[in-house]
Amino acid sequence: MNIRRLFLISIPYLWLLALFLVPFLIVMKISLSDLAIAIPPYTPTLSLSDGWQGIKGFWAALDIENYIFLTEDNLYWKAYLSSFKIALVSTALTLLVGYPIAYGMANASPEWRPTLMMLVILPFWTSFLIRVYAWMGILSKQGFLNQFLLWSGIIDDPLVILNTNTAVYIGIVYTYVPFMILPIYATLEKMDASLIEAAIDLGCSRLKAFWLVTIPLSKSGIIAGCFLVFIPALGEFVIPSLLGGSRTLMIGKVLWEEFFSNRDWPVASAVAVILLLLLVIPIILFQRNEQKQREAEQ
Amino acid sequence: MRSKWGSVVVPDQAIGGFMQQDDTSNEFSPWNDPTQTPLIEFKGVTKRFGEFTAIDNIDLKIYEKEFFALLGPSGCGKTTLMRMLAGFESSTAGVITLEGQDVAPLPPNKRAVNMMFQSYALFPHLTVAENIAFGLKRSDMPKSEIAGRVDEMLALVQLSTFAARKPHQISGGQRQRVALARSLAKAPKLLLLDEPLGALDKKLRQETQFELMDIQEKTGTTFVIVTHDQEEAMTVASRVAVMNHGQLIQVNTPDRIYETPNSTYVADFIGEVNLIKGKVTPLNDDIVEIHWAEGEQPLAGRSSETLAKGNDVTFAIRPEKVAISKERPDKAANMVQGEIIDIAYLGNLSTYYVKISTGQTIKAQAANNRRISRRSYTWEDPVWLSWTDTAGIVLTR
Amino acid sequence: MRRMSWFNVTALTLGFAFLYIPILILIIYSFNESKLVTVWAGFSVKWYGELFQNQAFLNAAWVTLKVGVLSSTAATVLGTMAAYVMVRGGRFFGRTLFSGMIYAPLVMPEVITGLSLLLLFIAVGMDRGVMTIVLAHTTFSMCYVSVVVSSRLVSFDQSLEEAALDLGCTPFDAFKSVTLPIIAPAVISGWLLAFTLSLDDLVIASFAAGPSSTTLPIKIYSAVRLGVSPEINALSTIMIGIVAFGVITASLVSKRNIARLKREEKLAVQ
Repeated sequence: MNIRRLFLISIPYLWLLALFLVPFLIVMKISLSDLAIAIPPYTPTLSLSDGWQGIKGFWAALDIENYIFLTEDNLYWKAYLSSFKIALVSTALTLLVGYPIAYGMANASPEWRPTLMMLVILPFWTSFLIRVYAWMGILSKQGFLNQFLLWSGIIDDPLVILNTNTAVYIGIVYTYVPFMILPIYATLEKMDASLIEAAIDLGCSRLKAFWLVTIPLSKSGIIAGCFLVFIPALGEFVIPSLLGGSRTLMIGKVLWEEFFSNRDWPVASAVAVILLLLLVIPIILFQRNEQKQREAEQ
Repeated sequence: MRSKWGSVVVPDQAIGGFMQQDDTSNEFSPWNDPTQTPLIEFKGVTKRFGEFTAIDNIDLKIYEKEFFALLGPSGCGKTTLMRMLAGFESSTAGVITLEGQDVAPLPPNKRAVNMMFQSYALFPHLTVAENIAFGLKRSDMPKSEIAGRVDEMLALVQLSTFAARKPHQISGGQRQRVALARSLAKAPKLLLLDEPLGALDKKLRQETQFELMDIQEKTGTTFVIVTHDQEEAMTVASRVAVMNHGQLIQVNTPDRIYETPNSTYVADFIGEVNLIKGKVTPLNDDIVEIHWAEGEQPLAGRSSETLAKGNDVTFAIRPEKVAISKERPDKAANMVQGEIIDIAYLGNLSTYYVKISTGQTIKAQAANNRRISRRSYTWEDPVWLSWTDTAGIVLTR
Repeated sequence: MRRMSWFNVTALTLGFAFLYIPILILIIYSFNESKLVTVWAGFSVKWYGELFQNQAFLNAAWVTLKVGVLSSTAATVLGTMAAYVMVRGGRFFGRTLFSGMIYAPLVMPEVITGLSLLLLFIAVGMDRGVMTIVLAHTTFSMCYVSVVVSSRLVSFDQSLEEAALDLGCTPFDAFKSVTLPIIAPAVISGWLLAFTLSLDDLVIASFAAGPSSTTLPIKIYSAVRLGVSPEINALSTIMIGIVAFGVITASLVSKRNIARLKREEKLAVQ
């Protein structure tokens, strides 16, 4: 291997090792440590000055106490379960909202498609925080949604939406719907329009043709879109913290509070490790789907 | 010299009608001259990619000013062989020399070898002139001379008025010529051309073949061309190497390859051929008899090899050397009777598929020098096929 | 229009209304006279004036900009290198680990990335401030840059690089004079992506920032936790305006370039 190639490989490699892998190993290590009233607030700390005894003592002091604590405390169980539920429900809702948009885009005339595409991507470039914030004014008790519903006479008393799980669902659907639209649109756009005509010609109704031809052919896009929404939604922090209430339990929020409010670093680390383990499964499934799609295209 | 036959060779079957070339001294044939030193020499070169052997123990000499074609189906190793010359692949075993020097330690940018890529690989962000100057700027040519050399190259490929265009602003044929000019600009000792005409349509391809030969002659550069198109190889090359499965099957001039293929593979790959299996009986000189079917007259053919009686051989005969007639020919060394089962009308000539008594089908070709209505053969006609004893060739592999 | 049924029109209208009405309301009410964000009391630009008087916001904006430029530039260099290694690097020791580390940050929840980086900074005794945010942002956005650049490198005809070598370039020269100019659009969009990611990020910056280095998202977050405020609406409108201007200009420019390229190709064939 020549020097130049070594140089080229090692710079990004070392950067990622130092700022991605090592930090993560530290998280693993701290998750096995004990809480201490000190700075940093955990023990043991590795001090190489004590030599071999120090390292041995360090290893001996590590234990899985924090994980046992997580399994015993109802709060964490519930937080994982409720994160999972919220992510799942909001993924399904995003699919319901996103699919018709993607379908409409794919059936729009070709000269309109780039513009529609840009309109979908544009919100993605604007600040996530601002987009979530925009809903605070809409969903609050005196917000625009309630104003509208009261004015139109649909309801007599203002609805409480902000600071509930409903607001979290709306927030997730709103911020992640472009991730759902784009992969579905990509598969629908590639689809041959004559397939639907063939199905109708062979006796299908339009709806049946959609169900039997369009949906199965856009399956890979649907799967990709669902994972692209589900994976980040599971660890979401900003949406539950701004739109959700005190009863909205999501693991990202629990971790944040454990760390910043309780200053329990070992437990926060253990929460992070388990969250990552939970994410491994959907990530692997997602990779498989992508792989299959790539192979199908070749 | 080559331009003489280069200008007449058009379709395959015309090649067959050539007189055998004698190796006289005014011919361009350095490969027959033991005093010549080759420009390139492969000595026992092997290339493996993991388990796969792309090049299998090849020995080959290519001489200065040759137009050498590597011909074979895709995956036969011809491109790998070329990329080894350019320096993009290194050999697993064996030595490649350029002017007697082992090229293994030289990276591609240090070799006096240039390549014209199949995709042309024109730099899309540079103009035509900048593309041609690209290599010159990285050579030891003084800056003041570069512009002149670029103009010279542009004139050579007749693109002087397109110097300021970008590659996407010119046509496919023009891109091909820019790629050629760019790879010739540094006056390499050896130019490698990877399927140089593959992206052009048929008509343009034929014109460009002659242009390519013209430029090769003008510049005196040694060309090695990789192609899967046998017609192209036959047209442009001084010598053709037929490759298969990483091995050189036959290396010779186009007419020798067509007239005296050394194997059924070559006979079948170049042009059309009838192959008949049988057992041999040597007669006199290089004429042998082939017993090919019970109760049939043995076939007579020539063989350059000494064959023992009873050897398994394949008799190969080109369709255009098979005469077709309604009546039994008076005297012919070989004749068989059959029935026409199919006729392929190709315009200037027709191919007749004749089923003989053994059930085999033999193709015979005849020129269509009469109008259709006056042609004498039609489906299911009984006919005689005949050929001379030197028309066919006996192959042992 | 082809088969633009009522269903498609409805789906698109409702869909884009859903995407844009919240943003429009936000923008409209930034021009509201009243302190109450949800009650219209006449047109005014006073919240913009107050915004520019607010030193804390201006400081945070300055930090954010600094972090954005530094981290996206570093991320572009590192991400381009990483993409090149991934696509053209061949085999090397630990390649799987390397590609894992490139893709993992894309799916890693921000809270975990932030937490782990903070623990690293504490472990090595680094003072938290602009520098640590830059390091954190560079790390996660280099992965996005490398994905953008490597998708361009994959579709790039490798014989162009071989041709450069063949014509006498050293590998570095070939990269500089052939590869880089051709992948430049992808590198630029990688930079823009890294820049917006950095401007946008709340969670990772919250972990990596020290008390003296507050970024705009951190400032906005702490303000909006207390409820909506017209000042934030004004700030949001400015940010949305800048981004919309940038994205629309960029897409118009690229649309024009593509149209020109197509026209010239057509001319070339004739």
